[in-house]
Amino acid sequence: MTDANILSVEELTVRFGAVTAVDGVSLTVAPGERVALLGHNGAGKSTLFKTVLGFLKPAAGRLSIGGVIPGSDAARRAVSYLPEQVAFPKALTGAEILTHFARLKGVSPKAALPLLEVVGIADAARRAVGTYSKGMRQRLGLAQALIGAPRLLLLDEPTSGLDPVSRREFYDVLEASSRAGTAVLLSSHSLSEIENRIDRIAILAKGKLRAEGALSDLSRRAGLPIRIRIEAAEGRVEAVHAYLGGERVNGRSVVVTCRAEDKVAALARLAELGSDVADIDIALPDLDDVYRHYSGLTVEGATQ
Amino acid sequence: MTGFDRMATVATTEFRLAFRNRWVLLATLAFTLFALALAFLGSGPSGALKADALTLTAASLSTLTVYLVPLMALLVSYDSIAGEIERGTLALVLATPLKRGELVLAKFCGHLAVLTLAIAIGYGIAGVVIAGVHGADDAGLLAWGRLVATAVLLGAVFIASGMALSGLPRQTGTAAALAIGAWLVLVVLYDLALLGAVIVDQGGVFTKTVFPALVLANPGDAFRLYNLALIESNAPIAGLDGLAHTLPFPVSSALAVLVLWLAASLAAAWALTRRIRP
Ligand SMILES: Nc1ncnc2c1ncn2[C@@H]1O[C@H](COP(=O)(O)OP(=O)(O)OP(=O)(O)O)[C@@H](O)[C@H]1O
Ligand SMILES: [Mg+2]
Repeated sequence: MTDANILSVEELTVRFGAVTAVDGVSLTVAPGERVALLGHNGAGKSTLFKTVLGFLKPAAGRLSIGGVIPGSDAARRAVSYLPEQVAFPKALTGAEILTHFARLKGVSPKAALPLLEVVGIADAARRAVGTYSKGMRQRLGLAQALIGAPRLLLLDEPTSGLDPVSRREFYDVLEASSRAGTAVLLSSHSLSEIENRIDRIAILAKGKLRAEGALSDLSRRAGLPIRIRIEAAEGRVEAVHAYLGGERVNGRSVVVTCRAEDKVAALARLAELGSDVADIDIALPDLDDVYRHYSGLTVEGATQ
Repeated sequence: MTGFDRMATVATTEFRLAFRNRWVLLATLAFTLFALALAFLGSGPSGALKADALTLTAASLSTLTVYLVPLMALLVSYDSIAGEIERGTLALVLATPLKRGELVLAKFCGHLAVLTLAIAIGYGIAGVVIAGVHGADDAGLLAWGRLVATAVLLGAVFIASGMALSGLPRQTGTAAALAIGAWLVLVVLYDLALLGAVIVDQGGVFTKTVFPALVLANPGDAFRLYNLALIESNAPIAGLDGLAHTLPFPVSSALAVLVLWLAASLAAAWALTRRIRP
C-alpha cells in the first residue's frame, strides 16, 4: 500500500470466540491529523488499538501502518501507545521510568527527559511513582508515549481521571505534537471535551463504525430537534397540552420538540398562551446528544 | 539500538526494582542467618573435627539450600509476566521494539543477577565467619565454593520455572499460588512420595532401578546429590542422601539434569509468553 496515511484500516473485523468486537471498520489517519474514537463501554475501541499494535490478529480486513504490517519492527518504531490502564512500578521514579522506555525505543534518555517538563511533572521527576497522584501518573504515561516523536500516537482513554485544567493542557500538548507531524488516534467517552481539539471523530457502536467526519458536519447532519419545556401555570397544564401537543412530564410541564429552523415559529405559538405559561426552558442539542444519536442511542438513553 | 541494549535495559530495571523492594536485603539476610545457624547451632561441627567445619557445614547447608534457594527464586520471579499483564505494563513494553524472547531472557538475567548477589553475599559472609572461627582447609573451601556455584544454578532453574508459571495466568494471585504449588511438589512432596515408595517396595526392583533415576530427575535432589557425592567425609547421611555414594550414574549427570531443567524452563517461559495477548 502506498498511500499518504500513517494508519489505514480497511473492513477490519476482530473476534473473541463468538463475540465480534470490531465489525467491518474502515478508518484512516493522516500525518498531523487528530482523530477521536468514540464509543460506549465495550464498543471495541481498545480492541481496535490492540489490533493496530499487532497484539490481536484480525479475522478479516487489512491494516497498514504507513505501508508496513502491525507488530513489525518498523511499525513498532512508528507507533507509540498509552493503554487505558497502566500502573508503573511504584518504587521507580518518573525519570527512571522515562529513561527505561526511551532506551527500549532506542532514544537517548537525554532527549526524552525534557518531556517531563512538557507534560508538567518535571518537579516530581526524582520522586517515586508511588507518591504520584492519578493525574500525574496519567501525565507520565503521556510523556512515555511522546518519546521519540512517534509518527502515530495511540492513546486509549488518555483523559480519564484528569481534571478540566489538566485536560486542556493535555490537548495543548497533543496539538503541539500534531503540528510537528504526529498523527493522533485517541479514544474517549465524551464528545464535549473533544470539541475544537480534534480534527475528526469516528463513532463506534457494538463494533461497527456508525459515523465519521468533522464534528461540525456530524452535528449538522444529525439534524437533532430542539426541546422546549413549558411549565404551565397552576391548574393550566391540561390546556397547554391540548393546545401544543407534545409530551406531559411531571405534573406541571409539557415538552415539545421542533427542528432548528422552526424555532421562532414555535416560540410565537407559545406566546399566544399568555399567562397559562409560568416558565420556558429551551434546550439545544448538545454534543453528547449528537454522540448518542450516532451511536444508536436515543436522547433519553434507551437503545432504538 | 540493538536487542542487546534493550535486554540490558530490562535487566537493569529488574535489578534496580529488586533493590528498591528490599528483596535483595531480605534474601541476603535469610541466606546469611540460615548458614550461620547451621554452622554454630544444632548439629554443627563439634570437638576434634574443627578443621572440617567448612566441609561439614557445606554438607548440611546443601540440604537447607534445597528448600531456601528455590523459595527465594520463585519469590523473585513468580509475578514477572503475570504482574506485568495485570499492571498493564506488558502492553506498553511490547509496543516498543522489544521482542518477547528478549523480554524473557532479560528478565531472567536480571533476576538471576539479584539472586546470585544474595547467595554470594549471604553464603560468603557465613563462609568467612566459619573459616575465621574454626579455620579452613582446601577441601573445605572447595566444598563451599561448589555449594555457592551450584546453588546459583539451582536458583537459575527455579527462576526460569517461576517465569514459565508466570506466563500461564493473567493474575498475580494465581501466579503466586502456582509458584507455591510448584515449590511444595518439587521440593517437599516429591521426596516424601519417593521415600514412601521405597519403604513399600522393601528393596525390590523399584528401589534398585527406577528410584535412583527418579531422585536424580528432581532438580533439588540432583543439586544435593552432586554436592554430597563430592564431599569426602564420614559425616552420617541418611534418607535419600544415602544415594550420594551409591549412585549408579556419574556425578556430573546431576549437573546435566540441572542444565536440562534450566533449558526446558526457559523454553517453556518463552513459549508461554509468545501466546500472550497483552
Ligand atoms: N480478551 C478478550 N476476550 C474476550 N472478549 C473480549 C476480550 N477483550 C475484549 N472483549 C470483548 O470485546 C468487546 C469490545 O471490548 P473493548 O475492550 O474493545 O471495548 P472498549 O470500547 O474499549 O470499551 P471501554 O470503553 O469499556 O474501554 C467487548 O464486548 C468485550 O467484552
Ligand atoms: Mg477500552
